[in-house]
Amino acid sequence: MRLAAVLALLVAGLAVLWLVREQVPEPALVAGAYDPPRPAPAFTLDGSHGAPVTLDRFRGQVVLLTFGFTHCAAVCPTTLATLAQARSALGERAEGVQVVFVTVDPERDTVEQMRPYLAAFDPTFVGATGDPATLATVREAYGVTAEREGDGPDYAMAHTSSIFLIDRAGRLRAMMPFGHDAADFAHDLNLLLEG
Amino acid sequence: MRRIVFAALALLAAAGLGWAALAPIPTGARERLFEIPAGTSERRIAGEHDLEILPQTIRLQVHDVLALRNADAAPHVFGPTLIMPGQTFRLPFRQAATYSFLCTAHADGQLNVVVEPAPAPGWERLRWRWDRLTGS
Repeated sequence: MRLAAVLALLVAGLAVLWLVREQVPEPALVAGAYDPPRPAPAFTLDGSHGAPVTLDRFRGQVVLLTFGFTHCAAVCPTTLATLAQARSALGERAEGVQVVFVTVDPERDTVEQMRPYLAAFDPTFVGATGDPATLATVREAYGVTAEREGDGPDYAMAHTSSIFLIDRAGRLRAMMPFGHDAADFAHDLNLLLEG
Repeated sequence: MRRIVFAALALLAAAGLGWAALAPIPTGARERLFEIPAGTSERRIAGEHDLEILPQTIRLQVHDVLALRNADAAPHVFGPTLIMPGQTFRLPFRQAATYSFLCTAHADGQLNVVVEPAPAPGWERLRWRWDRLTGS
């Protein structure tokens, strides 16, 4: 009788433990994750830091790849400020993170235009530009869209606002939709820096 | 002795129910998988332009993960990203809202994801866990 009682308690206890364990997921990225990850599409563009921008150049770092334009009124400044905050939150580990800002507006975004603009957020940020056809190829490889809105000199660009996360081995690991805060980026960057 | 056993079991059951009703639901606790089937692109090219592969609207709750698997031979755009053949894209949702994404798997090129608030502590959360346990 006593043995049966102990066994019953043991089984019930294990059932509760199983239920609890089953509900706790593995640590995961906040961003949308690709499974399996593929090599991030390569490109060579003109860099605001005075050298060509390639992903190979940043191998060993986690790259945050974002598309935008310097005349953007809201989305791009918000994204860049968030990424700067995320790098700050990482402390010394921020050295392992490189932000690359690919313009969708090569007409206005020269390297000279992008350099001070990006430095205002974080001096390590690198801008990338090129001829329209090359930039269109890069966008297509990442599934990014960009469309001019308006005809005057103050035209805007409607564009994909997500940020791509490329790991230290150069694999496209995840995509963070616009709207996440610096803590979410820091969380995912820490995971990718450890991986 | 029997009373003690019953009391212990009752206590355990109450603790389990209490946990199930009150414990927070972690992000990623439930995954909703949708597949873009093989042949989707070929059927489109063959003229089946009104082919509907995925529901026009997917309903989720906060903390759910939307998983889209591309079993087709061609890449597909889901939201602002490409999913390559054989790849699965998992997107967790942490905020209740209605999201509209571009999606080449839809005839009209759009997918809506309605994310409702997470189940409240108590009966809702208990029922959520029961449904998940039973797969309903």
